[in-house]
Amino acid sequence: MDNLSSQYQSNGFFDELIDNKGKPRPPAKQLLGYLDSLSEEELEKRKLMAEATIQEMGISFTVYTEEGNIDRAWPFDIVPRTIDAKDWRVAEAGLKQRLKALNLFIDDLYHDQQVIKDGIIPEHIIKDSKNFRPECVGVSPAYGVWAHICGTDLVRDEDGEFYVLEDNLRVPSGVSYMIENRAITKRVLPELFENDSILPIDSYTSQLFDTLAALSPRDIEDPEIVVMTPGIYNSAYFEHAFLAQQMGVELVEGSDLYVDNHDDCVYMKTINGPALVDVIYRRIDDLFIDPEAFHPDSVLGVPGLMRAWRKGNVALANAPGAGVADDKVVYAYVPDIIRYYLKEEPILKNVETFLCEDPEQRAYVLANLDSLVVKPANESGGYGMLVGPHSTKKDQAMFAELIEANPRNYIAQPTLKLSTSPTLISKGNLEPRHLDLRPFILQSKDSYVTTGGLTRVAMKKGSLVVNSSQGGGSKDTWIVETKGR
Amino acid sequence: MLSRVAERLFWAARYLERAENTARLVRVYDELLFDLPRDIKISWYNLIEINSGTEQFEQRYKVKDERNVVKFLLADDTNASSMLSSLKMVRENIRTTRDVVPEEMWELINELDMYARQNIKQGINRSGRHDFLNTVIEGCQKIIGLLAGTMTRDSGWQFLIMGRYLERADMNTRIIDAAVSLMLQSEAEESVRLGQVVWAKVLKSQSAYLDYRRTVRTSINGAKAVTFLLRGRFFPRTLSYCLEQIREAASKLPRSGIITARVDKLYGYEYPIERSEDLDEKFHDYLNDFQLDLIEINYQITENWFHFRQGDAA
Repeated sequence: MDNLSSQYQSNGFFDELIDNKGKPRPPAKQLLGYLDSLSEEELEKRKLMAEATIQEMGISFTVYTEEGNIDRAWPFDIVPRTIDAKDWRVAEAGLKQRLKALNLFIDDLYHDQQVIKDGIIPEHIIKDSKNFRPECVGVSPAYGVWAHICGTDLVRDEDGEFYVLEDNLRVPSGVSYMIENRAITKRVLPELFENDSILPIDSYTSQLFDTLAALSPRDIEDPEIVVMTPGIYNSAYFEHAFLAQQMGVELVEGSDLYVDNHDDCVYMKTINGPALVDVIYRRIDDLFIDPEAFHPDSVLGVPGLMRAWRKGNVALANAPGAGVADDKVVYAYVPDIIRYYLKEEPILKNVETFLCEDPEQRAYVLANLDSLVVKPANESGGYGMLVGPHSTKKDQAMFAELIEANPRNYIAQPTLKLSTSPTLISKGNLEPRHLDLRPFILQSKDSYVTTGGLTRVAMKKGSLVVNSSQGGGSKDTWIVETKGR
Repeated sequence: MLSRVAERLFWAARYLERAENTARLVRVYDELLFDLPRDIKISWYNLIEINSGTEQFEQRYKVKDERNVVKFLLADDTNASSMLSSLKMVRENIRTTRDVVPEEMWELINELDMYARQNIKQGINRSGRHDFLNTVIEGCQKIIGLLAGTMTRDSGWQFLIMGRYLERADMNTRIIDAAVSLMLQSEAEESVRLGQVVWAKVLKSQSAYLDYRRTVRTSINGAKAVTFLLRGRFFPRTLSYCLEQIREAASKLPRSGIITARVDKLYGYEYPIERSEDLDEKFHDYLNDFQLDLIEINYQITENWFHFRQGDAA
């Protein structure tokens, strides 16, 4: 295919691979040159190869519909998204800084609440938060870290700068797709890995293992770590199984564990008898982990788990109550939180955010519903949001009512001009599609950021919604070393 | 290994064996009807009786004819032991234990389950039945072959073996029982003629016909065939062989004493069969008791490794 890049129109958005003069950006140079050398047929062949690989690997995620749950193959675009390693190192430092501050913040909230006393955060924000857990007050998890695994969504706007869109501190998912996307790409475009300096990503699972192992209450060489899943009907079950397998630990369901009433320790039921469990990487929401402490009718959890955790007999990752800091209202305060705890300027910027609870800001939001994005404070997965420019008058009226009824529960942001990247839409036809990036940040004794992350792409033309549950796809993400070129 | 994972493997193997044996049972009955003299009447309903399904059957169907019996055994989803229900259970159990079995296992069981479901009509109608059942049996054997060739011999394997051979032993006694009751129902003057056909078919249903010929080396009669199916040491579908496999698998697992002792006791007792006349009501009772013993072994396996009382010493 000749000159892919010169025919390509990114329509005024920042494009990750091609600059506004139609020239490849430095980290994409080899990639685009290579794609140019492939015929349309060859490119199509690679695409089919990717699809076959996905089938073979059995990569799927579950979508909930009225007709029942469907396992869908993971929608994947073969054209990788490239990022210059120099840019990435800055983002990486920013992500570590952010998570460090957020963990100090959470720890403070469950102890002295100095941040409120000092007037940085208004008290009612915490009091009204759905994710503040009084059950966690006074608990001191190892290293003062509550959110051990964080998925932070980054976007680039028209100036090419990274912005943080949101932090996911509860049970962020997607990392297995990041790893599988690389495995697929290595099979589909093997030639590029021979010549290009694409940084590897495969250390994630061993880093995750080390992060979890460092949390063990027992000081032993091989602590018992488990991944706890709500079960096969959860949309991320594939990932739970994948991570357990890659780390070489057991994948457990709530019914596999129990808390012994004599010693308040957690045991796993094995054919050899009970086995003491040290660390639980739980992929179940707070409110379902322990029917004794939260929802009494939950069958997913383990009665007494909170008791065992509070006594320090087992580590939970992420710690219960960590979600208090991924509230979208708290999000607006994160830059202040960083300055307050670390005495540093935030490296990564927030997207401008309007809090509907503030009368002035609310008035602005209500007057500009057609141009803003409105999000509920406590939802994830792209559910229940309003994308102003793509909405009808009726949608806007409905959201106006919702906001008036419960202003604390909504925030609004300007509609971002999300960056684009060339995506193979039909045979031989690369079109720009909007995307974001979810890196994963680990913190316990040490901290670690994935090399790049999961790039999610809105496969529909012009769409800004990248969630897999809403028709999004994904791409491999290459952090490329460009030094010396 | 987690108790839950062990339990799911055990039942996956039991259900896979059940699906195969149900297919074998229907296949052999089908053939039996072709080969019997027209004046000898056998009832399809026997198959329901040996599978202890009478109550459930009667709730569902009024007429005890071939079509309903075959439907109940192969396709009925209210019958938890029907072939389709069994395949579904294999699939559900493997779905959540995929990481401890060979990768291709999931694909193969999906394929088999899908084939059986899509072509079930062929199994119910006489004309396509033979081919359909053969394909299902082959599908089961493919999976067993895959496991034999690629699965690591860890504790998961031992649970698969116990599940498979417990189910096979159970079905073995039921098939013998079916033949015995068929013979007991028949008139004295036709029993010799009938016996030859029936016992040959029973051996064939277990793919044991040629091995019987080679090793027993006499014409086929009830006493000889039953002795072979109960006590044969080397053929992998005899009762003795099944018990030996269960014992060996159990002995490789922790705290197995209670199970091996139980199996040893069963293995040690030899029911006296001299002539075909010995296959009488008393023998029928013996087979019944044997099935109860197998249920007891299943119960002990469950209690020992799957069900879990808190506070048991580690």
